[in-house]
Amino acid sequence: MTARVSRLPAIIAAICIASLLSGCGYNTIPTLEEQAKARWSDVQNQYQRRADLIPNLVATVQGYAKQEKDVLTAVIEARAKATQIKVDASQLTDPEKVKQFQDAQNQLTGALGRLLAVSENYPDLKSNANFLALQSQLEGTENRISVARRDYIEAVRTFNTEIKTFPGLLWARAVFASKPMAEFAASETAQTPPQVKF
Amino acid sequence: MASTAPGILPRRGGKTRRRIWPRPELAGLLLLCIVCLAGEPGRAFDLPPLTGRVVDQAGVIPAGSRDAIETKLKDLEDKSGIQLVVATVKSLQGGDVETFANDLFRRWKLGEAKKNNGVLLLVAPTEHKVRIEVGYGLEGTLTDALSSVIIASAMVPRFKANDFPGGIERGVDGIISVLTTDAAEWHAKARVRAEDQQSLFDVLFPILMVLVIIFIFRHMVSSAGGTSGTLVRRGGRTIFIPYGGAPWGGGSSGWGGGSWGGSDGGFSGGFSGGGGSSGGGGASGSW
Repeated sequence: MTARVSRLPAIIAAICIASLLSGCGYNTIPTLEEQAKARWSDVQNQYQRRADLIPNLVATVQGYAKQEKDVLTAVIEARAKATQIKVDASQLTDPEKVKQFQDAQNQLTGALGRLLAVSENYPDLKSNANFLALQSQLEGTENRISVARRDYIEAVRTFNTEIKTFPGLLWARAVFASKPMAEFAASETAQTPPQVKF
Repeated sequence: MASTAPGILPRRGGKTRRRIWPRPELAGLLLLCIVCLAGEPGRAFDLPPLTGRVVDQAGVIPAGSRDAIETKLKDLEDKSGIQLVVATVKSLQGGDVETFANDLFRRWKLGEAKKNNGVLLLVAPTEHKVRIEVGYGLEGTLTDALSSVIIASAMVPRFKANDFPGGIERGVDGIISVLTTDAAEWHAKARVRAEDQQSLFDVLFPILMVLVIIFIFRHMVSSAGGTSGTLVRRGGRTIFIPYGGAPWGGGSSGWGGGSWGGSDGGFSGGFSGGGGSSGGGGASGSW
């Protein structure tokens, strides 16, 4: 009798503890972490999408403005460098790695900005349908990048707040050993294309 | 592990078990703080409510063409499930048109939640800006390049001549013609409907589980004669398990809140967003 009765409460206690744990935020940290990682892969996808557009863009510009060799090579080199640096979702706690990624992408943003500024000087290029389509795709991609970045920053902020504030703090320290994720430094100056002087 | 789980406090000997939490008020306050911290991120814009398929805050669309546009938009949604909404705003409130359109799209949750098949046509006459913001699900059909062509050829020339209703109508025509030439869209719609039914079970299952647990507890309590919890005796230790734990129930009430979507969209005019989102697809233009 006693053996049978004492097992049932034990099972129920286990179910209860499980539901209590989810009630007190045990699930919150892994959930937020996965969300932030998913947002990061969005960021990388959008940067990759931009990198995929560049060969076409370079080819089109070359057809009209061969003499702009410096600007074109700068774009190609920056693209090669930027596509080499990949940040795995597990490396997001390493601010140095994220900074490297960001620096390489910013370099490419700057080179692209110069390319688009230079192409303003070629009326034939500017009215080329292919170039116009590529330009609008590039603009759209830059906008997607900024949306993906904002979403990532927001997800990381939520995650970092969770592991630094009350119930999450306990879980982060005792169970998950979570480290804060790296945020993007807001380097809007590097985002804007540089001014071209004549 | 057990030492970090508040709510289950092992007690040595037969000590008092008056309170599971030293101060319930304090627990409530803490919970409130956390809820505030995790709350809606501070959006900078004061966004207009979604009152219908045409939200003319700037007041540039006369009633006649407004009705014509609304009929077209409703027709599109009836046929394909795509939610296209036209909005004009008095001001972009200092932001750029891309950020504003994305915020507005996400606030209104245009398109079905699973398909993200919404489109927002935003016109800001004061700033001379226009944007077609495309939901995730339609990026492949209404591409950035096509959006850009629609803006440049159908809308901007008329906006330049201050013909807002004409430009918007032409823009809507252009978007609809691009969207309805894709046949694959129709088959996908039928498939999503079938998936919806399955998800009803997913919703009901946890509720059922909770009911079963409550039932078992009731049963145990009535046989044990306790009033506020269950005492489990184990090798000289008595463990107190609360079953109605008020402070802990709060956590689960927030669960799933966001996914019901459209709560800010409201039911005004019988029209609201379906829970869709956008990642910044589309194109912008100015005149």
